Amino acid sequence: MMRIVATFRIAGRALRRNKMRSVLTMLGIIIGVGSVIAAVSITTGATKQVEDKVASLGQNVITVFSGNFTSGGMRGGWGSAPTLTVEDTKAIQSQVPNLLAVSPEVRDRAQVLAEGLNWNTQILGESPDYPQIRNWGIADGAMFSDQDVRTLAKVAVVGKTVTDQLFPDQDPLGKTLRIRDIPFKIVGLLEPKGFNLFGQDQDDVVIIPYTSHMRRITSRSFVNSILVEAASAEIINKAQADITEVLRARHRSVEPDFTVRNQVELMQAATATSRIMSVLLGAIASVSLIVGGIGIMNIMLVSVTERTREIGIRMAVGARARDILVQFLIEAVTLSAVGGIIGIALGIIATQIVSAATHWPTVTPLVWVGAACVSSAVIGIISGFYPAWKASRLDPIEALRYE
Amino acid sequence: MSTNPVIQLADIHKVYRTGDVDVHAVRGISLNIFPGEFVAIMGSSGSGKSTLMNLIGALDRPTGGSYWLDGIDVSTLNRDRLADIRNEKIGFVFQGFNLLSRTTALENVEMPMLYNRQRIGGPEQRERALACLELVGLAARSDHKPNQLSGGQQQRVAIARALVNRPSLLLADEPTGNLDSQTSIEIMGVFQKLNEQGITIVMVTHELDVARYTKRTVILRDGIIRTDTPVADRLNAEHELSQLKQAQQAVKLS
Repeated sequence: MMRIVATFRIAGRALRRNKMRSVLTMLGIIIGVGSVIAAVSITTGATKQVEDKVASLGQNVITVFSGNFTSGGMRGGWGSAPTLTVEDTKAIQSQVPNLLAVSPEVRDRAQVLAEGLNWNTQILGESPDYPQIRNWGIADGAMFSDQDVRTLAKVAVVGKTVTDQLFPDQDPLGKTLRIRDIPFKIVGLLEPKGFNLFGQDQDDVVIIPYTSHMRRITSRSFVNSILVEAASAEIINKAQADITEVLRARHRSVEPDFTVRNQVELMQAATATSRIMSVLLGAIASVSLIVGGIGIMNIMLVSVTERTREIGIRMAVGARARDILVQFLIEAVTLSAVGGIIGIALGIIATQIVSAATHWPTVTPLVWVGAACVSSAVIGIISGFYPAWKASRLDPIEALRYE
Repeated sequence: MSTNPVIQLADIHKVYRTGDVDVHAVRGISLNIFPGEFVAIMGSSGSGKSTLMNLIGALDRPTGGSYWLDGIDVSTLNRDRLADIRNEKIGFVFQGFNLLSRTTALENVEMPMLYNRQRIGGPEQRERALACLELVGLAARSDHKPNQLSGGQQQRVAIARALVNRPSLLLADEPTGNLDSQTSIEIMGVFQKLNEQGITIVMVTHELDVARYTKRTVILRDGIIRTDTPVADRLNAEHELSQLKQAQQAVKLS
């Protein structure tokens, strides 16, 4: 076996001899790898952003919506028909295993007054489990307690937008705000969470005990939905099936008058578009990689023809067929590997430029950088093999006579 | 002679198939060449001398007969073993020099050592290559590339390359074919000097003048040996060269 270092030196010298040609040949791989890296970085960034947004809704969350209300052919949306009750919530809590937290949810909008200012906002009635389910921290004060729920306490935990609007220059903790003329004491302030996937301001909210909401504000006997947090992502489907079973038994209905959705489904729906985008961009980029490989094969064939005499000389002084094969293979692999490395660098630079210009989040996954390295080397081997094999099969007598 | 021959050809045949016609390039050649000999193989084109050269050089295998090179039966070896034989036992010198362009003289001379079955370290490669360049009087130009060297100098680099693996046999194919007469004499002088040091040389040529610097002349015709005679009126390259220079001096003076 001819020593590898010397072979690399020979390959390097052969490539330097035709600098322009080598660079142009590499260009195919550079563009291919560069566009793969850029495409993957941008679409991964987009997917990651969507996933983060979905994750901000809470982890492993299962949501039960009440059925839709139909009247004279007009159909309401999810939660429009009163089918879910607080008792349903308690049944889920007691009968379904592996749940971390359960909260009924009652929703309404109302004008909220405080200190001479007013603001129209969403009033949510929840259980004390709500911050845990939504993975939502309390910035100051505390969440209301089960005791507050039992006593229909007039306490509220408020989001940042509401306090900014009602208490612009003061500490809102301990202050009172009035919902439909009923005073509620602010016991906790929610951490700011920003906008959700659908562009709604999640901080524009006042949360009170669901009992207070149902008795004092809206006098309802049904809840809009039930939020459940499963213990892990693995059991989420099982938990969803269990919940469906419990509710179906309780409602004694053939057609379920409720809908159960989980986070994984939501995640898949939300990231579907960016996944399709990444597959498309990846496919286009792969085509340019293949074209780059064809370029290398083409140039290597030309090179073998041009250097027939050199091959003859090497064979005459004792190079075995395999030595020649390895020499040309290494040349092709060097072309594609160097092209691949330059391509990765340019791809990352291009990604940074796009990121800086558009403020899109980008993520360059290391796996893809590794895959780009490996695939450019593999392309070098594949596209270099035929020319190298051809070179190694030359008859030394013929090769020496070649003009 | 008590020693074994370097080359032992026994009833060698070579038949080329071109289409439906068989061409008998070599039709039964038997030849022994012993260590220290300096042999010229001559013949007109089509006489089979190139084919014989390829056979002796282990570039090709005979279709009949047997060929022993330095005690090894070369006629039955496969491609890879033939390559090893060329690497270890034979040094080639070609008509067209066949140096790698844009590669320094030193690197050209080092090249055969890349393909040695036994590994030779980098420093030793360099040392041996320099010693061979020294032997042909080109040590000072080791970092020159072929296009910076004259034809005679290029052929010296090729000779140094042929010697670097310490072969049993130096094989030269029309080594003076591309050179003017004075440079030809210089190159023959190099060969004579090497031969005096004990290196066995076989050379193909069609020039009678050049053959007179060797010790033995084998003339081929139609694929067989016609004559095999020692050179009677042997020329000394050094002497011829000084005479030539005197003649040139005389022309200049007049």
